[in-house]
Amino acid sequence: MSDSTMVEEQAIDTEETGQHNGAMLQIRDLRVWFELRRFGFGRAGWVRAVDGVNFDLLHGEAIAIVGESGCGKSTLMKTILGLYQPTDGKVSVQGDAVGKLGSVGLKEYRSKIGYVQQDPFGALPPFMTVRAILEEPLAINNVPVHERAERIKKAMVEVKLTPVDDFLGKFPHMLSGGQQQRVVIARAMILQPALIVADEPVSMLDASVRVEILKLLRALQESHNLAVIYITHDLSTVRYFSERIFVMYAGKLVEKAPVLSLLRNPEHPYTHALLAASVDPDARNASSLREVPPGEPPSLVHPPSGCRFHPRCPKRIEGLCAEEEPPEFESHPGHLTACWLYK
Amino acid sequence: MTDRSLLRVEDLVLYFRTSGGTVQAVDKVSFELQRGEAMVILGESGCGKTSLAKAILRLLPRNVHRYSGSVILDDMDVMQLDDEDFRRRVRWIKMSMVPQAAMNSLNPVLRVGDQVAEPMITHFDVSKRDAMTQVRRMFEHVGVPLDFVKRYAFELSGGMRQRVAIAMSLVTSPDLILLDEPTSALDVLTQANIMNVLKRIKKDMDASFILITHDIATSSELADRVAVMYAGQIVEVDTAENFFDEPLHPYSKKLMASVPRLRADQEPEFIVGQPPSLLNPPLGCRFAERCDFRFEQCSEEPPLMDKDGRQVRCWLYAKEYEKMLAREAGV
Ligand SMILES: Nc1ncnc2c1ncn2[C@@H]1O[C@H](COP(=O)(O)OP(=O)(O)OP(=O)(O)O)[C@@H](O)[C@H]1O
Ligand SMILES: Nc1ncnc2c1ncn2[C@@H]1O[C@H](COP(=O)(O)OP(=O)(O)OP(=O)(O)O)[C@@H](O)[C@H]1O
Ligand SMILES: [Mg+2]
Ligand SMILES: [Mg+2]
Repeated sequence: MSDSTMVEEQAIDTEETGQHNGAMLQIRDLRVWFELRRFGFGRAGWVRAVDGVNFDLLHGEAIAIVGESGCGKSTLMKTILGLYQPTDGKVSVQGDAVGKLGSVGLKEYRSKIGYVQQDPFGALPPFMTVRAILEEPLAINNVPVHERAERIKKAMVEVKLTPVDDFLGKFPHMLSGGQQQRVVIARAMILQPALIVADEPVSMLDASVRVEILKLLRALQESHNLAVIYITHDLSTVRYFSERIFVMYAGKLVEKAPVLSLLRNPEHPYTHALLAASVDPDARNASSLREVPPGEPPSLVHPPSGCRFHPRCPKRIEGLCAEEEPPEFESHPGHLTACWLYK
Repeated sequence: MTDRSLLRVEDLVLYFRTSGGTVQAVDKVSFELQRGEAMVILGESGCGKTSLAKAILRLLPRNVHRYSGSVILDDMDVMQLDDEDFRRRVRWIKMSMVPQAAMNSLNPVLRVGDQVAEPMITHFDVSKRDAMTQVRRMFEHVGVPLDFVKRYAFELSGGMRQRVAIAMSLVTSPDLILLDEPTSALDVLTQANIMNVLKRIKKDMDASFILITHDIATSSELADRVAVMYAGQIVEVDTAENFFDEPLHPYSKKLMASVPRLRADQEPEFIVGQPPSLLNPPLGCRFAERCDFRFEQCSEEPPLMDKDGRQVRCWLYAKEYEKMLAREAGV
């Protein structure tokens, strides 16, 4: 694809999607399916990891995506990052639709998004120093050599890896888990992205270091007007570090709401289940069992008909939930729930 | 020792030899555990929790520099046993462990049922058939569908693999089960399921637990008592009621303040600074450098002190200091 056709396509996308309304990321009817192969028999089916996701992310806004293991959170993120191609639907960041970009365009697209991946301990190459790790994205994006030292220093100061000279020559194994995660964040920040995608950025860390890293991300978000997508299964941290929560179940977003609206007035039965399973520290917790919905998350190859949560749902409406897939209902402004109870 | 007492650990020490010097991972740890009781060991990464569990179960690496103290289990000091006796009489029989990341270390080429049966077959003289009956009973306890005995680990979800690991620790009916971070890598619903399983087992089997974790909220699901470790030492031992209500040690207080609350609007705070190196821990109180209440006395190492039946390693609770405070208040 030549550069000029790309520019044309961008222009069309911008018109279609109405860039001016402040959405920096738009996701429309996104489907990301993985082919399931069987030896000798060709395709055995599809893993519908993301199956019809819609949302807009505003400039400078932090959203959290919560949901059980395997519900498709990382797949959604990797598609936003341009690492996976959408099977159907559209992802666009500031007007660039991923999937329509050539390799040059994709490189530029990726440079707009910083990625903090799930496992900090596997995220850093073990035989590279902090300096080399931070220089790599600059080199790939042709930042002139004489600017690099200054950019690296600035990024390290921002994530409080100071005094900078103490850390530049260190290898990842010489750093604590929290310090390693700071290096990962510095690397994500170094190309001055407009969006940071953080996939379980703190799940491997201690309570205190978790808070420290989340506060750091929050401060960067505010000072740089960054948009942040924070993926987690820990609802308790979400309250303090994001503006909206999206609840994901079996490849779909089942509830989208501002943080306090969701925590105070949860709607979807699955959201209720997540909240009931999350505890604050309290000695009385030991004297009762937690309520947990029966069963396990469904197969993404053969998802249940109708609402995907219906086999586990205590409030299932006979004759409806197993047959028809619920659309999103907006019970209060900005609070959307895909559940027939809110029709 | 009271007649309900199951385990008494006294001055347990485990140091490692490294090229940089001696790592004082477990430094004179003492505590007692009752039958049927669950004790939680809380503390930051690297404070020595796993090393403590390994010291209790004598699962030692090669580079041990010093290993001493007593581990009295049912009135027998198992530290006095030689390795062969320990293996024959203690490990699996009296105590078992669900190691950190157990769910990822199941043998990939063995069916999970056979794997869970293995400790029974090697430690007790039982037939494969009887062992499998016991395995099914354990699967029922921990909520693994019975037809899973024939499956391989990779065919199970993380939560199911963790249940299998727990079933394996129970299959020989030990008195004490050590669980090292059993829920850390799991999502909230799976965590809640596993904690429910542990609660049921505790009730039905009258087993004792040592639960090691840095997840403070989840730990309150099982804890009868709480021990807090900092830099290789125990700094507080308390009942769960006291601890989760208002812990004593300045470190414990900060640890509690770092827990984000879902149901209260209370911005979590992190603990500034880092724990000291275990290569050369400071001579006085190990937390002093990060403590808001530090005073001259803290350059001396505080002992574990009694404060109304609660134990705390902090000079703030020394009798003389409390008297001094009272005097000052009186003036
Ligand atoms: N590259 C791939 N090929 C085939 N299937 C995949 C691939 N990546 C993910 N999947 C499947 O897609 C589903 C969603 O996986 P994903 O990693 O997105 O979940 P997640 O919500 O991030 O889970 P976790 O909380 O465990 O990280 C899973 O069933 C997974 O096995
Ligand atoms: N075999 C060993 N040789 C040398 N040092 C070791 C060895 N095992 C552990 N250590 C060190 O001992 C200290 C305590 O480690 P340990 O694994 O007991 O901590 P932990 O509290 O379980 O941490 P985490 O929460 O990260 O699991 C750490 O500084 C660790 O690096
Ligand atoms: Mg993931
Ligand atoms: Mg450990």
